Amino acid sequence: MPTLQSVAELEKLRADILARRDPARTCIAVCAGAACDGLDSIAVADAFKSEIAKQGLADKIELRVTGCHGYCEKGPNVVAGPKDVCYFEVTPQAVPGIVAATLKGEVFEPCVYKDPLTGAKAVHMNEVPYYKHQMRLLTGDNIRIDPMSIEDYIAVGGYAALAKALSSMTPNEVLAEVKKANLRGRGGGGFPAGSKWETTKNAPEKTKYVIVNGHEGESAAFMDRAMLTGNPHKVLEGLIIGAYAIGAQQGFVYTRHDAPRLVEHVKAALAQAEAYGFLGDNILGSGLNFKVELHFDVGIFVSGESSALMRSIEGNAPEPRPKYIRTSVQGIWDKPSNLNNVETWANVPQIIGKGADWFTSIGSERSKGTKLISLSGHVVNSGIVEVPMGTPLRTLIFDIGGGVRDGKGLKAVHFGGAMGGSLPADRIDATLDFDEMSKLGAPIGAGGLLVMNEDTDMIDVARYLLDFLTKESCGKCVPCREGMWQMLKILTNIADGRGKKFDLDRLADLMEVTSLGSLCALGKTASDPLKAMMRYFKDEFETRIAEGVAGSQAK
Amino acid sequence: MCEKIIDGIIDKYRGRPGAVIHALTEIQHENHWLPREVMERVAEALEVPFSQVIQIASFYKTFSLTPKGRHEVHVCTGMTCLLRGAPALMDKVEELTGLKPGETDADSRFTYERGSCLGSCSIGPELIVDGKHYGRMTPDTIEDVLKRYE
Repeated sequence: MPTLQSVAELEKLRADILARRDPARTCIAVCAGAACDGLDSIAVADAFKSEIAKQGLADKIELRVTGCHGYCEKGPNVVAGPKDVCYFEVTPQAVPGIVAATLKGEVFEPCVYKDPLTGAKAVHMNEVPYYKHQMRLLTGDNIRIDPMSIEDYIAVGGYAALAKALSSMTPNEVLAEVKKANLRGRGGGGFPAGSKWETTKNAPEKTKYVIVNGHEGESAAFMDRAMLTGNPHKVLEGLIIGAYAIGAQQGFVYTRHDAPRLVEHVKAALAQAEAYGFLGDNILGSGLNFKVELHFDVGIFVSGESSALMRSIEGNAPEPRPKYIRTSVQGIWDKPSNLNNVETWANVPQIIGKGADWFTSIGSERSKGTKLISLSGHVVNSGIVEVPMGTPLRTLIFDIGGGVRDGKGLKAVHFGGAMGGSLPADRIDATLDFDEMSKLGAPIGAGGLLVMNEDTDMIDVARYLLDFLTKESCGKCVPCREGMWQMLKILTNIADGRGKKFDLDRLADLMEVTSLGSLCALGKTASDPLKAMMRYFKDEFETRIAEGVAGSQAK
Repeated sequence: MCEKIIDGIIDKYRGRPGAVIHALTEIQHENHWLPREVMERVAEALEVPFSQVIQIASFYKTFSLTPKGRHEVHVCTGMTCLLRGAPALMDKVEELTGLKPGETDADSRFTYERGSCLGSCSIGPELIVDGKHYGRMTPDTIEDVLKRYE
């Protein structure tokens, strides 16, 4: 494959790829996302491969092993044919039936969705309740793309936004479009990405960096991994557009080392993008030079914090530093470094491609676009969900999630992982909005939504979250290192029925000191879950202290 | 065999002080632990003080300063796995292997670890052996899985 030299060559390549595709050839997409993979979807893919070979159907059926489809609960997932027939909990034994039905343009009944209550069947993706209420702008392409194939991405319109930016927009116009779209950071803060880009762009240093934060250490959050594993080129395209707008020459992808498929896909994506000329010198003949390096987190939560992450890229231990000067002005090797989360970058191509006006037509008043949510816990349907901002939590939990498992009642939902917060069941009419959720004390964070049933012991949840953070503190700031440890001690006492009268006051003091006296978000927000607990579930703590019994014996 | 691979990794990053984490990660993946002598060679080849290598090696959880078993058994302790029954899995693994978290057995067969979150929440609680995920585990199904690893 010769390197693409211009936008015209890219469009010609796209036309060639599409022309080479036989419209009569049906595609069967087998999900190899993290959950399906764990349910041995590779055995299903192998069964398809041998069935296709056995019957000599290679010219009629194309097998595609893809990234996450979304409905992880019902994995292994398979989507077949031009009309997206969804098959769930597919076993290798079901494969011949699916192949035969797909050839005839029919549906293999045993594996289609059945409503657990009414038994009503849903065959196509847009009829399955789990997908019906979603708006899958970022993840919808996953079923059409083999993440190891850049041509699959180009076939669905990939790199067209980059071509548009490079050929018909100035860097300032790209920046203005992203600012106008009011794209807010998906990694936790909800900070406007455009303003951050502008800070780095206007910083005086010539050398600038852009970074994809794919660390995702938050417990019960798995959407960034799904995005980056399932469609790495989308994130990369966003990054290159960002580099063009900001004027960066070097990019970094920082992600987890412990997900083999993720590593493999990102490595392949970088190599292919370079071979095709989307990375390197004079990209698409525009004069833009940009390279990307891959770095790995090696197992500590705090390295997801921006300044710590940058220390880690430099090759040092990831200790956060004071941010009197922002990392967007002085980051890696003290050069201006713009860091955004995987999902934020993935949003960039569509903003440039379809325009800010289109983007702002989706979502709530102050939070635009869609949001990826990892839905898990005591929910019937867990998986990756993509909904417009402003969707009520009730829709997420009941219409999409199918409610609480095992016929139990809903007690609380928890947003935002170890530094998020819990909301009681009577608050789930709140909508998915950065500001509204923060005000309620359960910031969206990266988007991990945990559903908890009526039997959940909130004190234990608080203890678990704090225990996690205590172990992940880097130890640099004393209030964080020691304060959390003391809070944990008190919480453990309360949970085990050894709570004392003034424990809650002491906790409140410690919470205040820890958040005031720590440098980075880990220490600053470590007590946030506890604050939300105190706001909504204080009586549970008081009762436990008064009764003096351990959680397992408490009524 | 392994020595050669380690030498290759060290050579690849020779003279690049910024690549300590890369070098250590690759060695950890190949060798499953970082012997002191290897870290000394990393320090020398990458031209960084040994103290910095040991700082990094002891800071990140991925790096092990003690030998590990042939197979790493990992129970996910993420929120969802915990809510969905990870404690019972941990008890069972501990009963079957006789190990506490972080320990390796005398035959170097298993090293047992706990940790979160591995991102396969939808199929929790889960057991991960040498990076392979086994979802929706129950205490009864664990034994069959562990038997596959000698």
